[in-house]
Amino acid sequence: MEQKQLKKIDIIFGWDEKCTPIQVVEKTIKKTPEGIILDMIDSGLKGRGGAGFPTGLKWKFCRNEEADAKYVICNADEGEPGTFKDREILDKVPEKIFAGMTICGFVIGAVEGYVYVRGEYNFMLNMLQQKIDIFNKQLHDMKVDFHIYLRSGSGAYVCGEESALFESMEGKRGEPRNKPPYPTVAGYNGKPTVINNVETLVYTSEICRMGPEQFKALGTKDSRGSKVFSVSGDTPIAGIYELELGMPLKDFVDEFGDGDTKAIQVGGASGHCVPRKKFNDTIIGFEGIPTGGSMMIFNSSRSMYNVLHDYLEFFTEESCGQCTPCRIGCQQLLKGIEAVKKGQRPPTYLDDLKRLTATMKIAAKCGLGQSVANPFTSIVDNFREEIIY
Amino acid sequence: MSKYMVNLKINNTPIQVEEGTTILDAAKRLNFKIPTLCNHPDLSVAGNCRVCVVEVKGARLLAASCATPVSEGMEVNTNSEKVRIARKHIVELLLSEHNVDCTKCFKNGNCELQELSAEYRFGDHIFMDLVKDRDKVRDISSPSISRDASKCIRCQRCVRTCDELQSVSALAVINKGDHQIISTFMNKPINDVVCTNCGQCINRCPTGALYERNYIEDVWHAIYDPNKFVVVETAPATRVALGEDLGIATGTRVTGKMVSALRKMGFNKVLDTDFTADLTIMEEGTELLTRLKRALVDKDETVKLPMMTSCSPGWVKYQEHMYPELIDNLSSCKSPQQMFGALAKTYYADKINIKAENMVVVSIMPCTAKKFECNRSEMRDSGFKDVDYVLTTRELAMMIKQAGIEFDKLEDETYDSILGESTGAAVIFGTTGGVMEAALRTAYEIITGNEVPFTNLNIKPVRGMEGVKEASIKIKNTKPEWSFLEGVELNVAVAHGLANAKVLMESVKSGKSNYHFIEVMGCPGGCIGGGGQPIPTSAEIRKRRAEAIYAEDMGKPIRKSHENPEVTEVYKEYLTHPLGHKSHELLHTHYKVRKRY
Repeated sequence: MEQKQLKKIDIIFGWDEKCTPIQVVEKTIKKTPEGIILDMIDSGLKGRGGAGFPTGLKWKFCRNEEADAKYVICNADEGEPGTFKDREILDKVPEKIFAGMTICGFVIGAVEGYVYVRGEYNFMLNMLQQKIDIFNKQLHDMKVDFHIYLRSGSGAYVCGEESALFESMEGKRGEPRNKPPYPTVAGYNGKPTVINNVETLVYTSEICRMGPEQFKALGTKDSRGSKVFSVSGDTPIAGIYELELGMPLKDFVDEFGDGDTKAIQVGGASGHCVPRKKFNDTIIGFEGIPTGGSMMIFNSSRSMYNVLHDYLEFFTEESCGQCTPCRIGCQQLLKGIEAVKKGQRPPTYLDDLKRLTATMKIAAKCGLGQSVANPFTSIVDNFREEIIY
Repeated sequence: MSKYMVNLKINNTPIQVEEGTTILDAAKRLNFKIPTLCNHPDLSVAGNCRVCVVEVKGARLLAASCATPVSEGMEVNTNSEKVRIARKHIVELLLSEHNVDCTKCFKNGNCELQELSAEYRFGDHIFMDLVKDRDKVRDISSPSISRDASKCIRCQRCVRTCDELQSVSALAVINKGDHQIISTFMNKPINDVVCTNCGQCINRCPTGALYERNYIEDVWHAIYDPNKFVVVETAPATRVALGEDLGIATGTRVTGKMVSALRKMGFNKVLDTDFTADLTIMEEGTELLTRLKRALVDKDETVKLPMMTSCSPGWVKYQEHMYPELIDNLSSCKSPQQMFGALAKTYYADKINIKAENMVVVSIMPCTAKKFECNRSEMRDSGFKDVDYVLTTRELAMMIKQAGIEFDKLEDETYDSILGESTGAAVIFGTTGGVMEAALRTAYEIITGNEVPFTNLNIKPVRGMEGVKEASIKIKNTKPEWSFLEGVELNVAVAHGLANAKVLMESVKSGKSNYHFIEVMGCPGGCIGGGGQPIPTSAEIRKRRAEAIYAEDMGKPIRKSHENPEVTEVYKEYLTHPLGHKSHELLHTHYKVRKRY
């Protein structure tokens, strides 16, 4: 498999004085929407929120819809445990996000864009609003028909799920919708909507600035470009790092670990746990383990039972509660490992629970319930004795 | 616009359906049954219980068949191994969150979760019991609606009912995750919130989480008490639905059998709310004409028009909460149930020489709000509680079974007299538009001396299941004393289901409408779709009950309320004339302004 060495990159937070975000907009909207879509598809950019849907295709689908209104939404409901990179982007280079949104609006034919910021980031609202006002003014002066608005969430993890986010924006209970229809057909207010992660939008504007080739030159065939990682846990250098995609986890551990790394939880609570013995054969990228950016490092002092217990408590609380597999499934997993730990259920009960996660993975209504299987099976399979004893 | 046809295969059987059809409906057409819980034909699609998942070839996820439209070339398997395991898991998860004391449950034997778990034969439950003791405390604050949160499976059918059909939203989803519950505003007792007691949530609850406050034991106790004289009255809509709970086909009229069963159960007199429905027409019709005269002749600007019917206690309470500025538009007439109780414990008790304090009035209603109504403090004009107990159609069916009566083998019997005779006009009170039609049959004839100008007296424009219906009747050839109405176009409107009532009320409030008289029934379809009627309900079921109501009307020798001989007799012997002194004392009431929260 194609592999890259660990390499630090500086695209997201870099600043090009000769081509500022608003100038990127000015330059890009001279092209045709179709041309921009081709550039996006050519660049190989996939969504950075975790699911990895090709961004160019998403824009194309939305452009092809006919509607009296369309929307661009920036998903800044960064709620995944262990992820804090969007916060930094919002804080440091919000103009790049706005530029990406404006270009997207130009491509799909939307005149309104919304930045939906998680409730816990409300301390940033004033700053963001000021920057949005400046950007809107610049767009207005350039006679670009696009306006950006700011919305704040209220603290539910599930509202990061795109359709729950729409519900929340519409003033309803944040609960995921049935799909289809997908957002590009019926999103916010039932209108065709492109919803992209903060980081994705920044990359779209950067691809427009530097051209798709430079982006494409980074990463592997299935994982083009670079990605911002939130590194936390047992590491001497926790923080935010932009790295080229496609590196083996081994390189990552060598760079960031404390020399005693036992496991890495890739992709946050809803991601996969990789044990030491698999560091060598695990690639960080869509062909290996995809991630929304969270890398939690655990050394040998950590109990993986406690780690899993924490995650399950989190999901039990943050499930919206509407669908059966997720609402009750999460509770059963949590109570189940507690019972096994206390000896109230036999160790083989873990296998019953694994079968339950297989059902949750295919029958839950949204990504939240579907992904609980990831941490559960990867931790139980690799650290079974820590769960039981 | 014609729709595209889509070709797909379900369990290897090809089928062609219109685009937009759900997998569930397509499968139904091929007679493949897919179980459902959160799905209900009257409500929007939720797709949250996940019991209906099916496997679609090539898809990573199972699809909720109720929420997934078909697509060209789709290959669906409704019973693959994956589906079976997932479905079993889901039902088992629901059971782990459900208080499975089924044998003690009021809904025992009529529970969709029970049915589904019977299909899967679980044996030992593998999962942990998640029922919280807190949820086992029932909410019995309301005289109408009881709630048992430990039985709730969070399908949200009640929530959608209360919101979509009734625009009340007394029930809502609260909290998230393991704390998610279905409850009321601030978790208050149901009696302390905007709940109108309509019981539509009960009709759609798949389990025993919502059920009527039942008075079965109280009524048996009264029947067995030798010192009590127990009189029973039966509402128009019960006679076309009771059979459904007793093994008889939907839409069958069982009036005679019901009378017979009530007698066999030991009620001392079996009388008819239809009688007081006719009486309501006399009082309410006269009230309308009086209001019109005061408005048109006396130019009295304090007269509230349009006048609105007041027979439906769910609707009345809705109005008190939601449109207090319009409560004076409600007719001051009590509902037929309460007119009956007030007359029974005065005029009738005297007539049959029974002391009112020894009389127990039981009413059989398609309604849960009637239980609340009989407990209103205004409803004691006889000096006692006018109606002591209200039983739903469902409760009556249970009592008939308890009494060991083989209902389908009963011979037809007729009501006792007096207060037992009724007309076709009274029977149609049971369906939407019926009160309006009955009122028009009588009012038009009072004004003109002629029958309403509709074939067979059937006033078609106010019939049917459209949410809001309108009609206008031009009044011609009036009698001299009603000459002020000559040439007047009488504009009426009819709504059923409170969401439709809201539409009408908004139009009245905006001043855009020019109605004189409005009929509102709180429940979809009117009383035939009432919250106390047999479960399940659907548009098709309500349609068949309504057809039975109109058939009963056509079969009656007398079809106009003012021709009911017993009504004439009661006026002659006791009440003197409509809106007379005695009527005001016993048959009319007033309303309260209630808060929304």
